[in-house]
Amino acid sequence: MSKFRKKKKGMPAVNTAALPDIVFMLLFFFMVTTTMRETDLRIENPRLPSASEVKKLEHKSLVCTIYVGKSKDPNRDGVGYNKIQLNDKIASADQVPAFIINARTKVSEAEVPFMTTSIKADKESNVGTITDIRIKLRDVNALKISYSASKGAGN
Amino acid sequence: MARRENPEINAGSMADIAFLLLIFFLVTTTMNVDSGVSKKLSEKPPADYVPPVIKEKNIFEVNINRNNELLVEGERMEIKDLKDAAIAFINNGGGEGKVEDGIATGLCDYCNSVRKNDEPKTSESSSDHPNKAIITVQSDRLTEYGTYIKVQNELLRAYTDLRNRLSNKRYGMSFDALEESYDGDKTNEALRKKVEDIKTSYPQIISDAEPTS
Repeated sequence: MSKFRKKKKGMPAVNTAALPDIVFMLLFFFMVTTTMRETDLRIENPRLPSASEVKKLEHKSLVCTIYVGKSKDPNRDGVGYNKIQLNDKIASADQVPAFIINARTKVSEAEVPFMTTSIKADKESNVGTITDIRIKLRDVNALKISYSASKGAGN
Repeated sequence: MARRENPEINAGSMADIAFLLLIFFLVTTTMNVDSGVSKKLSEKPPADYVPPVIKEKNIFEVNINRNNELLVEGERMEIKDLKDAAIAFINNGGGEGKVEDGIATGLCDYCNSVRKNDEPKTSESSSDHPNKAIITVQSDRLTEYGTYIKVQNELLRAYTDLRNRLSNKRYGMSFDALEESYDGDKTNEALRKKVEDIKTSYPQIISDAEPTS
């Protein structure tokens, strides 16, 4: 019996010296792939429609995003899925031209024609809201738009 | 000789620090690339703009009502049938194409070759030429955005399908593959010509009519 007891006594500790290395590796991975969220969402994260014919948006600096969806704070902004968020506040379609012109000041003039407006709208939003935005975009000659959608079967 | 040995730095808490940073980046990271259905708006027409007269048969009318139901060319339709109907309309090739820069594009000589056997034959009452075929989508203001995107997607799929077929026929590879190889090699003139050729053969003309309220 005494022999067995001796063996139990010296329980070897797991070597954790490589743990920081592993963690650092993960850390660097996430540091490299991370992109900070630029704006706080005033609306609930829109449930994007799915489509099969989607194109990736390149050149993030040339993309300005308009969110449409349900407000997180219905007491202040009202209910319904048709709230428009520009930058980080709820706005109306009339403020879209100012938003676009403001975004244009941040890029060089040569790149303005390549600017794309990405509309991130909830599935349950109404086409009327989108049309209002579209008409305003046309007024300021922001003609490239992208209806944000997740890649899927489209059905 | 005060110190005999170098005291080791205690690295035990290193893992904690690294974990803290790791969790921070885990939380703030967003990996998704923004993607979407891209669309080019038409320019704002001048005040005295007179819209050109377009033959009724060259217009493919899609209506979406406020209950998200579809009316295509005056008949009710399910979304799943829309793509085939659009293909039949675009690829009809019933007459002369439009005159561009004084050059007539003439009859659609590729329409028949890309038509599948089960698709309807050329009809007098449908579009003249793919470059004359106009699809117009009219929706209600209260139509759900999700349905609207589905319809747009189906129409785009129709075009993609036709472009792929023609590209397979002419260049032995799908249009997607053709575009991809052009994206990888922007300076390649031959590839650019091929992409342009397919694009002008089946130009995407989808217009949005003002919504009804």
